[in-house]
Amino acid sequence: MPRIYRLLFLILIFTDCSIALTQIDITRSHISPMLVAIPEFMGDKSVGSKLRKIIINDLESTGLFRVIDKDAYIDTLNLDAVPTFASWRQINATSLIFGSIDKGGEYYSVSFKMWDVFSQSEVLNKESFQVSKKNPRRAAHKISDEIYKKLTGEEGYFNTKITYISSMVSNDGRVLRRIAIMDQDGYNHNYLTDSSRLVLTPRFSPSVESILYLSYGKKSQPKVKKINIKTKFSSVLGSFDGMSYAPRYIDKNSVLLSVVKGGVSNIHTLNLDSMEQRQITYCSSICTSPSISPDKKYVVFNSDMGGTRQLYVMDLSGKNVERISFNPGYYSSPVWSPRGDLIAFTKMLPGKGFFIGVMRPDGSGERLITRGWLVDGASWAPNGRVLMFEKESAPKKGKGIYTIDITGNNTRFLKTPYEASDPAWSNSLG
Amino acid sequence: MVSKKLFHLVVVALLVLSSCQNKSSDVSNYSSKSAPGTQEELDRNVGNFILFGLSSANLNNESIKNLDRQADWLKRYRYINVIIEGHCDERGTREFNLALGARRANVVKSYLISAGIDSSRITTISYGKERPVILGSGPEIWRQNRRSVIVLN
Repeated sequence: MPRIYRLLFLILIFTDCSIALTQIDITRSHISPMLVAIPEFMGDKSVGSKLRKIIINDLESTGLFRVIDKDAYIDTLNLDAVPTFASWRQINATSLIFGSIDKGGEYYSVSFKMWDVFSQSEVLNKESFQVSKKNPRRAAHKISDEIYKKLTGEEGYFNTKITYISSMVSNDGRVLRRIAIMDQDGYNHNYLTDSSRLVLTPRFSPSVESILYLSYGKKSQPKVKKINIKTKFSSVLGSFDGMSYAPRYIDKNSVLLSVVKGGVSNIHTLNLDSMEQRQITYCSSICTSPSISPDKKYVVFNSDMGGTRQLYVMDLSGKNVERISFNPGYYSSPVWSPRGDLIAFTKMLPGKGFFIGVMRPDGSGERLITRGWLVDGASWAPNGRVLMFEKESAPKKGKGIYTIDITGNNTRFLKTPYEASDPAWSNSLG
Repeated sequence: MVSKKLFHLVVVALLVLSSCQNKSSDVSNYSSKSAPGTQEELDRNVGNFILFGLSSANLNNESIKNLDRQADWLKRYRYINVIIEGHCDERGTREFNLALGARRANVVKSYLISAGIDSSRITTISYGKERPVILGSGPEIWRQNRRSVIVLN
């Protein structure tokens, strides 16, 4: 690790003095999380307690916050009164979060406030918003998003879904793969396909209504298919002669994907309304894994056109192709950050293994943030601050999904019922 | 030390020899048993696969020899259509390996066509790294997983 990062590790900047609110700077490498107090909610105690647990789990999963154990709380709160800040400062709380939940008819009515203990001010106040009783978890994630945004200045990513490939070994030793979907915190886990076909690389539509993925037929060429998450209805995307694969949405109406012709992979665009398709690369070997920039102007992709696997950027029209990866090793699986500032990738360094890294879109500032015996399939949280990826830590250890901050901090394993690979993170459900 | 090394060498040599013997006896057994024009006969008498180098879709002399035998077999059974599967070892990324598998399958298809096999008899499927023939890790296992396989359609 370069000395500058070691130094950064040691620098802890908690407070931004220019404003009253105590914020956490998530672009830095932190050594200790911000302390937060969240007393039990008023009103419906059982639902309130559930929501509180979900919020605590969300906040602590970021590694940026630690919720102080409620046994340490000295004071009790009322939403209508100003807290006695001294008693919260005494237990080192930086922020204080408190809410109430009332059982209405069809909906829960939720209110909550956040106070900055140091400046002794109210910084968040959400009054009686309605929450469907069917999915109270979503309300909790919404509150977490609000808190996260206030304390970091970045959009939260707690109201998101994850899709991935679940691999189960059957009694007769076959690997059965299904597309799975779950909330960002592992709850509401479901399967979208049965195990009759080999499926790979699921990717969400921007609106999180459907998923593009690669599906094998019994004896026919594998094709990109689209499945509706609610109805589970699936159909082949477009009408390409050869194998189509490596799909990613450009926007809700168009898609990037690779198509094989004569063994050669090239990148195409497909308009989902008109079904008009257009080839945008003319490689003689492999051009694949396209990913669009958030301004929809550029595409990063993977090619061996220069002899080894490298990353290239071009206009969405296919013009102005430029190689951006130049350091030692082989590069694959590029994904453009939703913020536009970085491209994540997989890198293989012979003799050293696989790495997930990030670089700027012009190829500068390359930084490797995690390694493993095999890591691949990086996918961004919608705020561009966290990456999800698959990892096999050692041969035959089994694949699992992990998240990591782009600072390289806070690696977390996501528990899944079976082996998991090919993770994709959805946009925020709002 | 030296004698220990020597002992290991002898053991390895014996193992290799014995496995060779097994293989040749397998072939003679099955060649008489396997029905002609079946997957089994192809597998046993001709060999249904060829191997590729690291990150490569190029043919070497040995693979060309094997492909010539596969082409001869296909000429013998003109009613048989085949699928050429392209495979990679596990030490690669998912999508690039799908691309590489497609390259490998197509190189084999092209060679067979050039050897006189009708292109309409051949389709290709890339499995990338998803269907290794041998589970496990290590250079020898990876070498055997970088392959194309002919499957009767």
